[in-house]
Amino acid sequence: MAMVVGKNQKWRIVAAHVGLIAFIALIMFPLLAIVSISLRPGNFATGSLIPREISLEHWKLALGFSYQAADGSLVEPPFPVLRWLWNSIKIAAISAFLIVAISTTAAYAFARLKFRFKMPILNSMMLLQMFPAVLALVAIFAIFETIGQFVPWLGVETHSGVVLAYLGGVAMHIWTVRGYFDTIPVEIEECAKVDGATHWQAFRFVLLPMAVPILMVVFVLAFIGGIIEYPVASVLLRKVDNLTLAVGSQYYLYPQKYLWGDFAAAAVLSGVPITIVFLFAQRWIVSGLTAGGVKG
Amino acid sequence: MKRIDWRRLLNWPIVAMLGIASLYLVWLVYLSGEVLWAVFTLALISLAFFVYLSNIAFAYRYLFPGLAGMAVFVVFPILYTTQIGFTNYSSTNLLTFERATAYLLERTQPGEGTSYSFTVHPDGAEFRLRLVPKGEDDEEDPQKKAEVARRTYVTPPLALIAPTPPEEVKAVALAQANIALKEPLPLGDVIKRRDVLSRLNIRLPDGALITYAGVREFAPQEPVYRQTGRDELTVVKTGVVYRANHDTGFYETKDGERLQPGFKVGIGFGNYQRMFEDPKFRGPFFAIFAWTVSFASLTVLFTLAVGTTLAVLLNWEALRFRTVYRTLLFLPYAVPGFISILVFKGLFNQNFGEINIALDALFGIKPAWFADPFLAKAMILIVNTWLGYPYIMVLVTGLIKAIPSDLYEASAIAGASPLTNFFKITAPLIIKPLMPLLIASFAFNFNNFVLIWLLTQGRPDFLGTPVPAGTTDILVSYTYRIAFQDSGQNFGLAAAISTMIFFLVALLSMANLKLLRVNKPEGK
Repeated sequence: MAMVVGKNQKWRIVAAHVGLIAFIALIMFPLLAIVSISLRPGNFATGSLIPREISLEHWKLALGFSYQAADGSLVEPPFPVLRWLWNSIKIAAISAFLIVAISTTAAYAFARLKFRFKMPILNSMMLLQMFPAVLALVAIFAIFETIGQFVPWLGVETHSGVVLAYLGGVAMHIWTVRGYFDTIPVEIEECAKVDGATHWQAFRFVLLPMAVPILMVVFVLAFIGGIIEYPVASVLLRKVDNLTLAVGSQYYLYPQKYLWGDFAAAAVLSGVPITIVFLFAQRWIVSGLTAGGVKG
Repeated sequence: MKRIDWRRLLNWPIVAMLGIASLYLVWLVYLSGEVLWAVFTLALISLAFFVYLSNIAFAYRYLFPGLAGMAVFVVFPILYTTQIGFTNYSSTNLLTFERATAYLLERTQPGEGTSYSFTVHPDGAEFRLRLVPKGEDDEEDPQKKAEVARRTYVTPPLALIAPTPPEEVKAVALAQANIALKEPLPLGDVIKRRDVLSRLNIRLPDGALITYAGVREFAPQEPVYRQTGRDELTVVKTGVVYRANHDTGFYETKDGERLQPGFKVGIGFGNYQRMFEDPKFRGPFFAIFAWTVSFASLTVLFTLAVGTTLAVLLNWEALRFRTVYRTLLFLPYAVPGFISILVFKGLFNQNFGEINIALDALFGIKPAWFADPFLAKAMILIVNTWLGYPYIMVLVTGLIKAIPSDLYEASAIAGASPLTNFFKITAPLIIKPLMPLLIASFAFNFNNFVLIWLLTQGRPDFLGTPVPAGTTDILVSYTYRIAFQDSGQNFGLAAAISTMIFFLVALLSMANLKLLRVNKPEGK
């Protein structure tokens, strides 16, 4: 649309470009620096943003290969980064899938069915979800230790246990899905019911296919939530091979054993795929975010 | 006139099998003595069966998995945490009274009597232990030799693989047993079986009970304490009496000398009293509280300022390359938080972090970002603004798009400056729908544990505090340290603080729900 413009519009545009580019340079600095650091030799190397001397030693370690150091000794990878990445993806994908299943069925009940205490349940779920898991870690640990005594594959130090723990955090997703169901006209399902479909059939074959976009949103949000979750995983998983990426990566930066270069390569290696997934799903996530979610 | 529904008929055996399986699980839990857990599991499982079998609870069939998940992993932990807040649960008071008493009674010390050196001999797939009285082996005296031979014992064959061997093993005299023992196992193989050996209790024919006392030795043991009353333990050797004090949770002598471990007792509002009345504790607690509030509000303020500015700029149609800018500006949000936080931790390192190298080159300064409380706080806010502004930017962009452009057209005709546009049109229109999201953001940052934990771990610490407390600690990270880092592992105190945080956050969220409802008066 043509808009009335002022005289100094041109200068303002130039200023805006300059300002934005400067700001982006500032914002991108950490990300570029980490790529540069991952390519520098040694763990304490300093230098310019474009490394003068490119060394792939950190990348070899991050990918799980050992390499021959300058003094002839063999350097072994300090941590199984790829394994951590795989653990994270496995836990996040399974829990996201189950969260989608649980939250859509529950959201269906909230959006379509009549039952007592509907709004109180919905509101109290929202309130309870605000309680940060960090504060209940002692209790969560106690629960899983007890579960583990009877069902060992769900106990402490198991990935299925972590998945199970993440299934408690469905309230936000139920709200999101319910909001979407509310926008779909009830009449379509009622038609199906007139034709003899049961509640379940109306839900499974009529409503669900129409709700695929929001299911994608919930899946992506839950997946990313699972990847970045730290406190619960840090308490339930302790063995090095068992850790998720979020718990494991901090082991690189202990003051006593400061593996800055190795960390840089591992961070880029594991950060890039997750970042790409996120950017790819950006459209969906944004609509989910405006529904009230907060990412950490 | 009903057709036989085969699928329905088939359902019942499956339901019955599931029922039996879950009852078996409950039975197992009950057998192990965890009655409360058994009741809890039983209740949950019966509820599941009721919901899926009865027609009354129809709607709850869809709700049950979600609600059960919330009940077990959200509601129960909250209740449990609140309850712990009223006890002295900590690493020194971990056990219940019964288990602590049993633990103390099980304590043994080397008793008087002969100790025996042992060798392990294979017997088929199993093993026998040969026990020779110690100290008299090398005697030349034939009488003593005969004595040693008489008191050399052998156990029945033992598998030595089970984690729990038979409770008591009866040994017999080797001379009478008439068994030809094979070559003993080398010491290395004996050490491999140490775990099982250390659990053996061997009863000798003369009545003495001996247990594992070293890689070559079995020795008689006797209990350290004896129970002399319901709440009373007496040291066997000295006769000192310890009485259970159910207020402090320890066995104590009259002079207040305590036995470790103590046991878990309720202490009412003791933890809360400590929070507000103990001056050594109150100081850091209020400092941390103040920092938590200012950290959360400043974060919201900064991210709001940066995010809104960028959103408004990127909404300017005269500006080219907006999509490129938007993608690049969104990037900090797309990188997983735990990676970017750790990247910043490295970049801010005082000696070889890139940021200090740049500052050194430009201004010749090397600030101690992690050692100085003020700089550490500044660093946290910088990092969190970097992490959080894209979220606000995306939200505001969405809200600005919803503002009808006629408004801007009208103001342009009236010759208004961009600033007037922003403060008179944009800001008033977006602030209302933005408010609940800002409160949610405040509540989230109020509990932003991961940021603090990965960046500073709450350090630099206050000096001379009874529990470690840092100047950059927020309430959650402080609680985490009390529960998991402090040598005391004071779960009770941590739980009390958690309960308080929960109430604060619940208040915030309730305010939020109210606001949401005001915005959408139709009630949906």
